[in-house]
Amino acid sequence: MSILLDETTRVMVQGLGRDGAFHALQMSDYGTNVVAGVHPGRGGDTESGIPVFNDCRTAVEKTGADCSVIFVPARFATDAVLEAIDSGVGLVVAVTEGIPVMDMSAIRTRLEATGCSLVGPNCPGLISPGKAKVGIMPGSIFAPGKVGLVSRSGTLTYQVVKHLTDAGLGQSTAVGMGGDPITGLGLVDYLELFEADEETEAVVLVGEIGGSAEERAAEYVSEKMSKPVVGFIVGRTAPPGKRMGHAGAIISGGSGTAESKVAALRDNGVPVADTTDGIVDLLREQLGGNL
Amino acid sequence: MKLMEFQAKSLFSRYGIPVPGGTMVESVEGALEAAEKIGLPVVVKAQVMTGGRGKAGGVKLASTEDEVRSHASAILGMDIRGYEVKRLLVDPAVKIARELYVGITMDRGRGCPVLMVSGEGGVDIEEVARKTPERISIVPVDPVMGLQMYQARRAAFEVFAEKKKAMSAAKVMLQLWSCFAGCDCSLAEINPLAELADGRIEALDAKIVLDDNALFRHPDLAEMRIPQPDELKELRAREKGLSYVGLDGNIGCMVNGAGLAMATMDLVKHLGGKPANFLDIGGSSNPQKVIDAMELLLSDPGVEVIFINVFGGITRCDDVASGLVEAVQKTRLDLPLVVRLTGTNEEEGRSLLAEAGIEATTSMRRGAELALQRASEGGSA
Repeated sequence: MSILLDETTRVMVQGLGRDGAFHALQMSDYGTNVVAGVHPGRGGDTESGIPVFNDCRTAVEKTGADCSVIFVPARFATDAVLEAIDSGVGLVVAVTEGIPVMDMSAIRTRLEATGCSLVGPNCPGLISPGKAKVGIMPGSIFAPGKVGLVSRSGTLTYQVVKHLTDAGLGQSTAVGMGGDPITGLGLVDYLELFEADEETEAVVLVGEIGGSAEERAAEYVSEKMSKPVVGFIVGRTAPPGKRMGHAGAIISGGSGTAESKVAALRDNGVPVADTTDGIVDLLREQLGGNL
Repeated sequence: MKLMEFQAKSLFSRYGIPVPGGTMVESVEGALEAAEKIGLPVVVKAQVMTGGRGKAGGVKLASTEDEVRSHASAILGMDIRGYEVKRLLVDPAVKIARELYVGITMDRGRGCPVLMVSGEGGVDIEEVARKTPERISIVPVDPVMGLQMYQARRAAFEVFAEKKKAMSAAKVMLQLWSCFAGCDCSLAEINPLAELADGRIEALDAKIVLDDNALFRHPDLAEMRIPQPDELKELRAREKGLSYVGLDGNIGCMVNGAGLAMATMDLVKHLGGKPANFLDIGGSSNPQKVIDAMELLLSDPGVEVIFINVFGGITRCDDVASGLVEAVQKTRLDLPLVVRLTGTNEEEGRSLLAEAGIEATTSMRRGAELALQRASEGGSA
């Protein structure tokens, strides 16, 4: 098992510029089934042995791709996401940063209408260690195992994963859900998927300031989840009203603070680590040596 | 990107929302001229990017030429919550019968815009939301279809019993939606939307925040930016592809990735230190970015130690290391430097640093501890 992604997933890569071409190869080297590239005007070419098409629909028809990963620049990314959804794939991963929030809101209505799942935008993608990765995460730091991880960030995910892997705690799937105010799948969606996944035995939730997704996730954990969840929240030192890199990482009108998120998690029985290395200890306590 | 009141009002009037028709001025003479043109009495309003202007004495009614002069000269140069007043808006004074609140914002939880309407205008709407949430109507808006007439009408009848007034309020709500959608706002707010003594409705204040991600399709709006002193460094950093927010500590942090950058600041604080800034150099391995970032940190006189925390993923540690060696030489760095470098090609990266006499650790905690230690030792390396 694992969530959203495994060795059978057939991936197409939209946007074969410098980053897209590089990561297409990296994903393929990791063992991901990369079956197609999409780059308008390059139909008929190949990229590192992968056939390239002018459009998503043709790529899906010819290769049976069921997942698309998007490396298209921000000003063309909304169109790329809509094209991917329209092509019938079940999973879209948008790595691109800088999609206007109004466009994301509109994209959400398309996702609801079609049942397609979107990871991101503004995210490092996801990986089911030992099976496949879609996005830009460095495969070498991950190890197969039973911990599910969901995070709003990229490199912070790597930092947390390194602690887990070093401690012998492998991962079922690790997802960077993206740092924008509106994303496709949300924290609660990922928790639902991990709760339903047989392979996942515990979940690490890495949140950050801004919005109230962590607060809602905390309620979900206490009401609906049987599996232990451990939290970590960044932005405790962030000044109000300032955007901390991610478009969504901002404390506005006194809400969205790290304190409120930490308190919501703890009040709902989710232990929260003060530092990244503290996550491993909390996981071990929760599982009582079961991993 | 935030707009000032006079800019927001000019956008409002583009979309047909009734505004008082004032003039923005930058001097006492300008205020006098504007008042003469508009006709007394007028309201003299400080133009700053912060709330609480009224309480700070930044909004005054002037009924005579002398009052215009004295208020304008008192308000210009005034400090309101750390913002110096350099501009005034001179608006015609109006007789207010009632104050309402109308705003549209992007609701992160719902994933769509929401229209908010309240009979409690002219006060802090966040406080109304906390204390008496039942006094605000919240209407989710379909981002593709837009705000519908029936939605606006229903919200308007909540605050006006009389049909004519309700219909003109509904019209303003629809115009505000057009502005919100047309300009890619993340917030468009009228507080207060006033019912005047003569029955007309007017937007007496205006607040607009634009979505930075959408500025590429609004070059005219992007040009309206009035950089604030505390933003200048942030904007300069952004031009170089860096994301920076200044704080008042002494440990300058340089990190790849926003989440890890926040975690680094939090760890420094957790260990008892004070981070001087948030600085995300992003995912690129471009050595020039490391040099720019180093220069940015060194331009903060409060920085006593530099702590670099890089987790190489796609970013290669050897690329970061060579940029760092170059940055140290170019900037003639004379502050203590602590480097944490791990991930892709970390051995190559560390040996490059070692050749240049720079010590590096692989542990984030160890790095932060060392940075604190160097800070407490003080002085130069």
